[in-house]
Amino acid sequence: MAILIDRNTRVITQGITGKTGQFHTRMSRDYANGKNCYVAGVNPKKAGESFEGIPIFGSVKEAKAQTGATVSVIYVPPPFAAAAIDEAVDAGLDLVICITEGIPVRDMIMTRYRMAGKSTILVGPNCPGVITPDEIKIGIMPGHIHKKGPVGVVSRSGTLTYEAVGQLRELGLGQSTCVGIGGDPVNGLKHIDVLRMFNDDPQTEAVVMVGEIGGSDEENAARWVKENMRKPVVGFIAGVTAPPGKRMGHAGAIISGGKGTAQEKLAVMEECGIKTTRNPAEMGKTLKSVLR
Amino acid sequence: MKIHEYQGKEIFRKYGVPTPRGVPAFSVEEALEAAKKLGGRVWVVKAQIHAGGRGKGGGVKVAKSLEEVRELASSILGMRLKTHQTGAEGQTVRRLLIEEGADIKKELYVGMVVDRGSQRAVLMASSEGGMDIEEVAAKSPEKIHKVAIDPVQGLGDADADEISASIGIPQAALAQGRTLFKALYKCFVETDASLAEINPLILTGRDEVIALDAKLNFDDNALFRHPDILAMRDLDEENPAEVEASKHDLNYIQLDGDIGCLVNGAGLAMATMDIIKVYGGNPANFLDVGGGATTDKVTEAFKIMLRTPGLKAILVNIFGGIMRCDVIAEALVAASKAVSLKVPLVVRLEGTNVELGKQILADSKLPIISAKNMADAAQKVVEAARK
Repeated sequence: MAILIDRNTRVITQGITGKTGQFHTRMSRDYANGKNCYVAGVNPKKAGESFEGIPIFGSVKEAKAQTGATVSVIYVPPPFAAAAIDEAVDAGLDLVICITEGIPVRDMIMTRYRMAGKSTILVGPNCPGVITPDEIKIGIMPGHIHKKGPVGVVSRSGTLTYEAVGQLRELGLGQSTCVGIGGDPVNGLKHIDVLRMFNDDPQTEAVVMVGEIGGSDEENAARWVKENMRKPVVGFIAGVTAPPGKRMGHAGAIISGGKGTAQEKLAVMEECGIKTTRNPAEMGKTLKSVLR
Repeated sequence: MKIHEYQGKEIFRKYGVPTPRGVPAFSVEEALEAAKKLGGRVWVVKAQIHAGGRGKGGGVKVAKSLEEVRELASSILGMRLKTHQTGAEGQTVRRLLIEEGADIKKELYVGMVVDRGSQRAVLMASSEGGMDIEEVAAKSPEKIHKVAIDPVQGLGDADADEISASIGIPQAALAQGRTLFKALYKCFVETDASLAEINPLILTGRDEVIALDAKLNFDDNALFRHPDILAMRDLDEENPAEVEASKHDLNYIQLDGDIGCLVNGAGLAMATMDIIKVYGGNPANFLDVGGGATTDKVTEAFKIMLRTPGLKAILVNIFGGIMRCDVIAEALVAASKAVSLKVPLVVRLEGTNVELGKQILADSKLPIISAKNMADAAQKVVEAARK
């Protein structure tokens, strides 16, 4: 078991013909069961053609009808990415993973509004994607650093997730699924949603939760953990040294009005029984210390 | 992106948010001309800088004669205005706004932001205008009234009236309040603002509601569809190193420490700053080079970091997933040579082709200190900076 995706997942790539889409489709197809998983691409202007053997369709709806795929990954440029999410939602996909960074917040507000009441799950935008090691990789993370195992990873950042995974691997600990929820202020799955899934996943025995400054998602997740989580959770929050009022790379990483500081998040997490570390080099070690 | 008050008011007027009449001025002569053009007997001379707290810092003054306008304009223009948002060094005043005097009966607060929880724009209002809203939120949160706005329906009459009533806008001015809030919301949405704040919104002796201040910030990701707003950017108000970095597509933020950082990825870049602090050092900057650390980019990044006064060492922390370590190592060597790097350079490489990358660094014969992981790198760079 794992969460969200596994070897049987069938994926449509939206934006398969762009440079980024091509590169990462290749890398993902070459990982684990990827050859069987990547079954379709979408580009209205290139319908009927193919990308290295992967058929291209004119719409997500058609790609789904022809291949039975239920998940899509989006590499479409920012001005058009929210519309790409809308298309996937309208086609009734189960899961949409949007990698694109730089989507205007207003576009995401409208997209999230349209998604209300629909069953489609959104991961991202501005995220590295999701990987279930040794089964399937959907996104831009380096596959080779991962290995199958008992640890769930959920994070708002890309390379910092790789850092956490690298540390787990050094300690011989594999991962059930790693979910990058992205660095944007208006997004799909939040920490709390992914923790819920890990709680219900038999393979996952413990979770590393990586957060950063801005918003209050980590606090909300921590309060949920205190009441509901049956598995140990450890955490790190990036940005203890970040100055207020400055956007630290990610659109959502900003301390505003004195809210969303790393200190505040860490304090709430600790109160809620999440073991935290202030040292990003000790995320793996901290997880190992709570493993039963 | 931030803009000045006078630019914010120009945008407000376009949307029908009432503001006092005013004219921007870049010199004392222009200030006088502006005052004459406005007429009347009372003018307000307002320093235009991006930071808040201008009034308390002495950047907003009332003039009761043209002579006083001249005196105030010449003392405020060119002054280094210090507020709680500028830091100790202050910000030089290069622009003024000359405005007609206002008859203030009551000062209120109105703001609009995107609320992450509800994933909607939220209108916030308070009867405590003129104060720092963060202070109000901390001391008397019950005085802040909020309404999340449905993105399709927009702001409804009932919600607008309820907000008006809750902050003490009298019955006679409810229609005006409604018009103002709706105009503000339209402005917020259509300009892709991330913050729209009127502090204070005033009630005049004749029960009119007027935006006495205007603070607009915009979503950087949406500027591509607003060339008119982008043209309002004032580079004088931004940190020069950050301006230079943005030209090279580098995500850079100046801090006050002495250890430069060059990292790929925003989260890892923040974590690198944090770990320097854990081991007793102080980061000089945040820098995310993104996915493409080319020789050109790394060279520019080094040049920008080297401008930091008292820079003692540089830490490069790369988790090369898709990006290959050998390519980064080549870029680091070339950049070090290009800028004749004198400060110690600690490099931590991880990921694809890491051995090859390390070999390239060793073969370069440059005094590069290689680190085996993040903790090792932080310890080594803090130590190097102490020497």
